[in-house]
Amino acid sequence: MSEITNFKLCDLVDKIKSKELSSKEITEAFISRSKKSTKLNSYISDNFVDAINRAKKFDSKPDLNKKIPGIPIAVKDLFCTKNLRTTAGSKILENFIPTYESTVTQNILDHGGIIIGKLNCDEFAMGSSNETSHYGNVQNPINENLVPGGSSGGSSSALAAKLTPATIGTDTGGSIRQPASFTGTVGLKPTYGSCSRYGIVAFASSLDQAGPMTHDVKDCALLLEVMSSYDIKDSTSVDFVRGNYLNDLSDNIKGKKIGIPKEYRVDGMPNEIDELWEKGIKIIKDNGGEVIDISLPNTKYALPAYYIVAPAEASSNLARYDGVKYGFRSKGENLIDMYEKTRSEGFGDEVKRRIMIGTYVLSSGYYDAYYLKAQKVRRLIKNDFDEAYKKVDAILTPSTPSSAFKIGEKLNDPVSMYLNDIFTVPINLAGLPAISLPAGHDKNGFPLGLQVIGKAFDEQNILNIAYSIEKNIGYKNNINDWWIK
Amino acid sequence: MTIDLKTVKHISKLSRISIEEEKAKKLSNDLNSIFKFVEKLNELDTSKTEALTSIAETTLKLRKDKIESKNIREDILKNSPDANKDFFVVPKVVE
Repeated sequence: MSEITNFKLCDLVDKIKSKELSSKEITEAFISRSKKSTKLNSYISDNFVDAINRAKKFDSKPDLNKKIPGIPIAVKDLFCTKNLRTTAGSKILENFIPTYESTVTQNILDHGGIIIGKLNCDEFAMGSSNETSHYGNVQNPINENLVPGGSSGGSSSALAAKLTPATIGTDTGGSIRQPASFTGTVGLKPTYGSCSRYGIVAFASSLDQAGPMTHDVKDCALLLEVMSSYDIKDSTSVDFVRGNYLNDLSDNIKGKKIGIPKEYRVDGMPNEIDELWEKGIKIIKDNGGEVIDISLPNTKYALPAYYIVAPAEASSNLARYDGVKYGFRSKGENLIDMYEKTRSEGFGDEVKRRIMIGTYVLSSGYYDAYYLKAQKVRRLIKNDFDEAYKKVDAILTPSTPSSAFKIGEKLNDPVSMYLNDIFTVPINLAGLPAISLPAGHDKNGFPLGLQVIGKAFDEQNILNIAYSIEKNIGYKNNINDWWIK
Repeated sequence: MTIDLKTVKHISKLSRISIEEEKAKKLSNDLNSIFKFVEKLNELDTSKTEALTSIAETTLKLRKDKIESKNIREDILKNSPDANKDFFVVPKVVE
């Protein structure tokens, strides 16, 4: 049974289509491995019993024309799943059972997927280490002392540990790409408007995007095809013709112009990251791509702007958690007292911190100085990319300024935690697509990733460039199942 | 710009999150370090820059206002921490 979990998503689809394996065999294999892997704390809720029933039902009348026929998949617990508890990693939603399905998970179901569980994440996706979850921190399968990244840390951990053949996350400032980079996996944040936000617990609505997390670029192309759709239920969903990302995947990057932004060479970045970047540049040149030095002069202002825009939107989005219609409620002497105690006890420290930053920057007298200023800076950052894309087709950078850090290491220093997202945040502010792929190891043997950033709706191009790098860079994860006794 | 205890208490009231005295001090330190960090934005002259309010700069589409869900009242009320047969229940608001 154990070898089934070694197969990647596309392999499993082939095996189901050729009837070599049944959905039940595959689903049971991943569930069995998940049950042996509770030490990692990747899951918040499981859907194992229901999943096996669905697999049996699939096998009794298999529809092999689906894109992911009978494939089990665990998803980040930020997607509302009908009749299946959805917590967003928060105490305030510990008993929340959605009465509806998010569009992205509905797409997974419609394409034949089977949801086997809900994966751990930072509370309301606010964090870079999965340590802010009310349901406990998650271990990185690479090494038990390391964080799996965040906020999609349960997703990256479950994927790298092969508890699910692929998974989905959400990315507001790097929450797919940073955990992918920390666990030696592939993660893609699509263009804003590509995947519907309907039914995703909202953090910062102008930045949030759902995306695939997989073992390789091919799987990533397939899962993006499944997830991405135009949706009338999300007013920011964009009605464009989605590509056949898998079918059109090609490692031919001849003549592609790739920009290298000098502002991404930051002080204190380990040598290995620089070397890796050079390796990526060499691969592009060797394969007929053209490498061009570019400048994104406002890069250093992206993170400060993000830490105004994102908390502002969060403070507004999280105002709905008042203990009245759903979620946790604390007893109060009157209505206001009930609100204040509910929110004080229901939210964790990081979430409270961000709500308070957001409330402050939106409050009377400070709006212009902070929020409006940050939105103007956001325009400058977008202009930087627009300018660069007059000269290049895509941009290559490291995914993160370091490899995975130790559990607890940055927990008491919010600013140092925020600095983790320095290479990923600008992309969210500009609404662009970007993919992180594993590219090498640091001196401790921990994974490091490269990021390919594209033009809006040019997902095919960044998938192709990543595919070419992946084929030539020869990355392999070294995971020895230390958590399974 | 410093966020003193008085300001922390004011924001706490605005955001309907009660904060204990000992936590307020720590929070004020955290907020100060974060605001010191974001103050970097003041280096930039943005007097001629237009604010970017949404990345999807398209006109919003209209859709028909029709009811899609049926008979979900019970399911909705089931999620409520306190409900009777037909209503959400809250502490008394009118004397």
